[in-house]
Amino acid sequence: MIPFLIYVAIFIGSFFAVKAIAKGMTKTSDFTSLKTVTFGDESAVTPNKVASIISIATIFLLWGAFTGSWLTPIHVPGPFQGEGAFTYTAQTADGTTDDATVSVIVHAVGEPVDAPTVEPGDGFAKNDAMSLAVWRSDLIRVDRNDEVTRDDGATVIAVNGQPIAPGGEVSIDIGSVSMTPKGTLNFEPAKGWQMEPIWLPPPEQVVYRLWNIAKDGYRNFTLFEHLGYSLFRVVVGFVLGALVGIPLGYAMGLSNWFRGWFDPIVEFMRPVPPLALIPLIIIWFGIGETGKIILLFLASLWIMTISARSGVSGVNISKIHAAYSLGASKAQIMRHVIVPNSLPEIFTGARVAMGVCWGTVVAAELVAAEQGAGQMIVAASKFQLTDIVIMGIILIGIIGFGIDILMRWGERVLVPWKGKS
Amino acid sequence: MSGLSVENISMRFDLPNGASVQALQDVSLQLKEGELLSVLGPSGCGKTTLLNILAGFLAPTEGRIVINNHTVTGPGAERGMVFQKGALFEWMSVRENVGFGPRMKGMANAKKNEIVNHLLDVVGLQDFKEKAVYELSGGMQQRVALARCLANEPDVILMDEPLGALDALTREKMQGLVLKLWKETGKTIILITHSVEEALLLGERLIVMAPRPGRIHKEYELPFAERGVGADLREVKKSESFAETRDEILSMIWDMEEEIMGRTEATS
Ligand SMILES: Nc1ncnc2c1ncn2[C@@H]1O[C@H](COP(=O)(O)OP(=O)(O)OP(=O)(O)O)[C@@H](O)[C@H]1O
Ligand SMILES: [Mg+2]
Repeated sequence: MIPFLIYVAIFIGSFFAVKAIAKGMTKTSDFTSLKTVTFGDESAVTPNKVASIISIATIFLLWGAFTGSWLTPIHVPGPFQGEGAFTYTAQTADGTTDDATVSVIVHAVGEPVDAPTVEPGDGFAKNDAMSLAVWRSDLIRVDRNDEVTRDDGATVIAVNGQPIAPGGEVSIDIGSVSMTPKGTLNFEPAKGWQMEPIWLPPPEQVVYRLWNIAKDGYRNFTLFEHLGYSLFRVVVGFVLGALVGIPLGYAMGLSNWFRGWFDPIVEFMRPVPPLALIPLIIIWFGIGETGKIILLFLASLWIMTISARSGVSGVNISKIHAAYSLGASKAQIMRHVIVPNSLPEIFTGARVAMGVCWGTVVAAELVAAEQGAGQMIVAASKFQLTDIVIMGIILIGIIGFGIDILMRWGERVLVPWKGKS
Repeated sequence: MSGLSVENISMRFDLPNGASVQALQDVSLQLKEGELLSVLGPSGCGKTTLLNILAGFLAPTEGRIVINNHTVTGPGAERGMVFQKGALFEWMSVRENVGFGPRMKGMANAKKNEIVNHLLDVVGLQDFKEKAVYELSGGMQQRVALARCLANEPDVILMDEPLGALDALTREKMQGLVLKLWKETGKTIILITHSVEEALLLGERLIVMAPRPGRIHKEYELPFAERGVGADLREVKKSESFAETRDEILSMIWDMEEEIMGRTEATS
């Protein structure tokens, strides 16, 4: 909740700040900036570059601030770490009381420190010491070394002067102390606002993991192999889907018989999410490459078929008529009019299909695979290796984005007439 | 007989709901080689249908079309089409669009380039030959369409509102170009238009069609096209006979439109 509020505050704050700064700067006078009616004019809305930069910076800032990263200058309060102490008051059955101190060392996870040795002190209650890791809590039977123990009828009645009873809790400067029903104290150091690395590691740890796995690999496969396998499956599945789907779509766009025969199949298969096919594919083909490629083939097949079909039906009849009147044969019309005319639609379909395939392959690997981007993160999640999981998700996102950029670039180069007729 | 004859063409469309539309009823006309016929009529009177039958895209329910002693059974390269818009191939440059017909015939490159270059000169697009067609203005695109049609050396050119999507000024220039091409090439041209002035200026002959069922209502022989060749079209328009004929045809079409409106109001 608090991170969200901070996020909203940065969103609003930077809006006004940037606006105020932009006001002082020289005005450009391109067409859009001269428009007086911009609200409701979609073409006047362009992404504000500054906003994009601040947006990304904010995500990293919040991530860093809530994980104690050294990348960010400011942090929210972290968990208590270091040495501290609290006192408890014990009372014997006959009503005499005595105070003693518990010295505490809170150490970093994975770097255990021995509890400090302490003087027993005077009175019947003796001083204690404990050592525990940050974000953990620990029970301590403070009466164990006392001259009068719980078994002799002594009870702890206060911590740091604040009264405590079984089941109760008092908060102290370095955390909180609660008492179990049996009378044992439980010390929990202050957690602060930062996230524990097993839930959310700081950015640099993710980067370090990336470097580490890129160097040493993960689970017998290099990072390159994991990603390469996923990409390979996508490309092979997609290419097969396109090789079958495009001719099928053309046939459906040109022949009544094909249209009639395949329409029910295509219309039925189109709304079935490829993910729903995974169990059947595993039953039929197992978890090997064949099954995955068939799954991706099916994921792209219907999309490519439909886009090729609508590419053919979308041809302006004037173009076909013009070509006939210019003496073109059916084969020439196919080659010079129908195919080029359908390319923009096919490219749009290919972009969608690549996106769907990438999502499907990751999901399929999550379910069952020996290697691949999805397999890597699901394996890491079983060991709470959150840094690998986050690294994998970021890489999957980057690759998906890269595929889309590549497809868009191809579209610009290969079908520059898209949307121009 | 050389030329074009439309013999008792009737066209009925059966609609999916069982009704039918009589788009054309017993239309006949003769065109000599090199004549320029313009076709006028209220919307829905079957002009496009007639042109599609002439081009061979539609088979008439009755009657036939004979061109140079051959009965039309389908589209053919001897009848070129110029559409209102959207018929150019966006994936080809201006040059490739114009050269499409010769290329389909398998003409040798050198000869094809010669034809293309000549026609690009004629329509004044030599500087734009490597441009994509969607980079051109509407008027330039129609000039490409004209050149593409001429490159194929058709005997008859069929135009369905070729200048309909252009602004008034461009339109006037293009009218001059159509007249010039007609005179220079001697092609038979059938031109459908919604503009009475255009029909009068360009048509050596003019038919006015009436709707429901689509039929030829009245025919004119006009002197303005001859006068307009190489002359200032605006001067031609100023003549008294031009204004008279224009007003006569306008009120004729106006009456037909009124009648349609009255009829649909009565039925609805
Ligand atoms: N494919 C079709 N199916 C059914 N009816 C049709 C079809 N094509 C045309 N018609 C009908 O035939 C009649 C003539 O249509 P056509 O397109 O030839 O008119 P037009 O004179 O070209 O009109 P406009 O000036 O608006 O272009 C209209 O009533 C139209 O509804
Ligand atoms: Mg029409």
